[in-house]
Amino acid sequence: MALSYTLQVVNLLAALLLLIAFAMLSQRRIAGLVTLFAWQGGALAASTAIVAWSTGQHHLYYSAVLTVVLKVVAMPWYFFRLIKRLDVDREVEPMINIPTTMLIGIVLVIFAFNLALPISQMAGTVTRSTLGIAMASVLLAFLMMITRSKAIPQVIGFLAMENGLFFAATSASYGMPLVVEMGVALDVLVGVFVLGIFFFQIRETFDSLDLKHMEKLKER
Amino acid sequence: MPEPIPLQWAWGIVLYWLLLAGASLLLQRRGHLVTSLVMPLGALGALAIAAVGVAGLVLPGGHFVLPIGLPDLPFHLRLDALSGFFLVLLGGAAFGVTVYAVGYFRTMAAGPLALLSLWYHLFLAGMVLVLLADDAYAFMVAWELMALSSYFLVTTDHKISDIRRAGFLYLLIAHVGAVSLLLCFGVLQGGHGAYTFDYMRSAELTPFWASVAFLLALFGFGAKAGLVPMHVWLPEAHPAAPSPVSALMSGVMLKTAIYGLLRVTFDLLNVQIAWWGTLALALGLLTALYGVIFAAVQSDMKRLLAWSSIENIGIILAGFGLTVIFFADGKGALAALTMTALLYHALNHAFFKGLLFVGTGSVLHSTGVRHMGALGGLIRRMPWTAWLTLVGALAIAGMPPLNGFVSEWLLLQAFLLTPGLAHNYLNMVIPVAAAAIAMAAALAAYVMVKFFGVVFLGQPRAENLKHAHDAGWPERLGMLWLAAACVLLGLFPAMVIDALAPVTRLLISQTLVNDGNWLFLAPVSAERASYAPLVFLLVVLAVLLVTFLAVRRVYHGRIRRADPWDCGYAEQDARMQDSAEGFGQPIRQVFDVFMRVEREMPDPFDRKPHYRGDSRDKIWLLLYQPIADLATWLSAQAGRLQHGRIQWYLVYSFATLIFLLVFTR
Repeated sequence: MALSYTLQVVNLLAALLLLIAFAMLSQRRIAGLVTLFAWQGGALAASTAIVAWSTGQHHLYYSAVLTVVLKVVAMPWYFFRLIKRLDVDREVEPMINIPTTMLIGIVLVIFAFNLALPISQMAGTVTRSTLGIAMASVLLAFLMMITRSKAIPQVIGFLAMENGLFFAATSASYGMPLVVEMGVALDVLVGVFVLGIFFFQIRETFDSLDLKHMEKLKER
Repeated sequence: MPEPIPLQWAWGIVLYWLLLAGASLLLQRRGHLVTSLVMPLGALGALAIAAVGVAGLVLPGGHFVLPIGLPDLPFHLRLDALSGFFLVLLGGAAFGVTVYAVGYFRTMAAGPLALLSLWYHLFLAGMVLVLLADDAYAFMVAWELMALSSYFLVTTDHKISDIRRAGFLYLLIAHVGAVSLLLCFGVLQGGHGAYTFDYMRSAELTPFWASVAFLLALFGFGAKAGLVPMHVWLPEAHPAAPSPVSALMSGVMLKTAIYGLLRVTFDLLNVQIAWWGTLALALGLLTALYGVIFAAVQSDMKRLLAWSSIENIGIILAGFGLTVIFFADGKGALAALTMTALLYHALNHAFFKGLLFVGTGSVLHSTGVRHMGALGGLIRRMPWTAWLTLVGALAIAGMPPLNGFVSEWLLLQAFLLTPGLAHNYLNMVIPVAAAAIAMAAALAAYVMVKFFGVVFLGQPRAENLKHAHDAGWPERLGMLWLAAACVLLGLFPAMVIDALAPVTRLLISQTLVNDGNWLFLAPVSAERASYAPLVFLLVVLAVLLVTFLAVRRVYHGRIRRADPWDCGYAEQDARMQDSAEGFGQPIRQVFDVFMRVEREMPDPFDRKPHYRGDSRDKIWLLLYQPIADLATWLSAQAGRLQHGRIQWYLVYSFATLIFLLVFTR
């Protein structure tokens, strides 16, 4: 059966997505993080394209292309350039040690699957079983943002969250309307550029990209 | 439907004031144009609004719908006898005050002056809209316009931190009151979901919900009127504002709260319950006594007048409570008497308190001093201000033949006529209430003796008073207008009562029967009591004239000029006069349970001894300080959430996300 075959590929890609999310949690180097982010984008684009092919939803092709262009090519390239210009590719010790983070991550994945079960039973799409994975990758990306103290990993965490959301939209309802997706893509792009400018400003002010220097900005 | 002409005029004047407000914003660099053009034009608007009010009293009112506001929620306006009466009050007082303001603000810098003129005209427009509004939405918008514009007027001198603090307190209490009013309207609509006053009139509320609505209205309007214990903003905000603004706030703005209370209780609610009246009467009496006691111990002249405003609001509210009691008891004639008395007193207070505030404004303007301990003897330097202020002081002290006497006399008549109420305990309590009103009136006279005596009589207490100059012509004209109103309202009470008849007919379908004629005022029955101010005045004048002539004739040519007997003191100087603190001392001794006194005693060997005694309100300490402390503590606790670490903020949103995911699936 062709359908179940493609479905298996989609499931495989979803599993890859989750694996990459875990890999990002454990990655200490920023450059490695960017590479993983690019891979995650690639897996996302591939799964979107396969869903588009198998269900005949043509607008999903555009989404896939958009994903490749933005998240596999443009943003990683921009991040590598930033890393080079800012000279920040050193090992970063996360706030919580990595095994603990992984354990929390596993708890989150179980939570997400438990949560997605009733929803995916309601959804009428072929890809509904991957909804749990999508939510798990959102939560894992959020966890990564929490455990990192440098600015660039946080932005990458934010983008990974967007990946998870995108995947959730694809698996629950074959994606959002194209207009919305284009809008989100543009927002993400602009957001990244603005944050890139902020990185320079932050470093100029604090001589570091470590966000703990911003603690003094609070009241009192 | 015939076109409601007076109402259109009223709306036109509101637009005209808004236009003037906008125009003054354009005149940021031409201050002289603001005082010589914009403000006189604004005063004409006030006169016109008073005329519209008269038309509203006489002609059948109209209503129309304005196509502004939210979609499906247009503004409804209506002019009836009640709003007409308050428009007369507003226009009459605002005309005098605005004419005065033309002179008063002439020396102000152009930029602040333009802003002041902007807020001033918005304030006037807001008050008119409050009186005209015919749905809850328009009412609240107008109410907020009034509150916000007066806030900016209070904080005109915003560089002084005490004034900013006073303004904040005012804004806070105004908004607590506004929230209560919002809830009140929510109850009043009775489940219709429609917020026009027409629907509210037809809503059938159960006694429980009607009581809830009344209590919310009493709290909300009480906060604006300065009812104890929500009065704390009043003695702070009134002295902080420029004098014409204080005059408007005290004379007119407080009355909009009375208007709202009357509107809600007698017009919008379908039942009136006797215990509401008892509550209002008790609170009113408390407010009156509390206000006058604190007025007696003040040594800042504007603060003294602010406390006196609290007292007058208390008297008006006591009259309101009595009206509700009588009306619920089915005694329509007596209800008409008390309602006439309270409306009359509201009108009187607008004029004499306006007059007194602008009078202190002139003193402040020419001496720069508000503290009475540094004033004195100004009657020789500022005769116009002094004599006109004297008219206001006599009126507020309840001296016949001026206007203050008439309304207080009417109210006391109502108290004396009460026996025969259905509730026995009320019958027993009301004489005590009458005594309390009488005591408040007597103390008010005491306060005015202190105010006028210390500021204008005696010898100047400071050197710079020698250079005090009298008020200019616009100020004099404004004060003359207000003083003339005080005199005329006192001399022709029968006519005023006739003019008030449509209001009482509208609200309680009864009018006060004047058993006398235009000369004699005799409420209810001519056998019981009557009052003829013109005759009284003529007799007083005749006696004065006869005495004067007799003295001239008998002693003519036998005058010997000599130093007065100085009681053995070889040297008399200004410091030997009774001071403001000294004058208030007996009251402070008697009532010191209510206040916390701060004293600075002079050193016995001090060459220039200085005494300061400040009497503070205990309600502030007992009621407001704990609330303020609690708010500070809670915000400090909430402030601990702010770590400054972005990770923690992320954890907050993460926890919220998880929480929502768990509990909303």
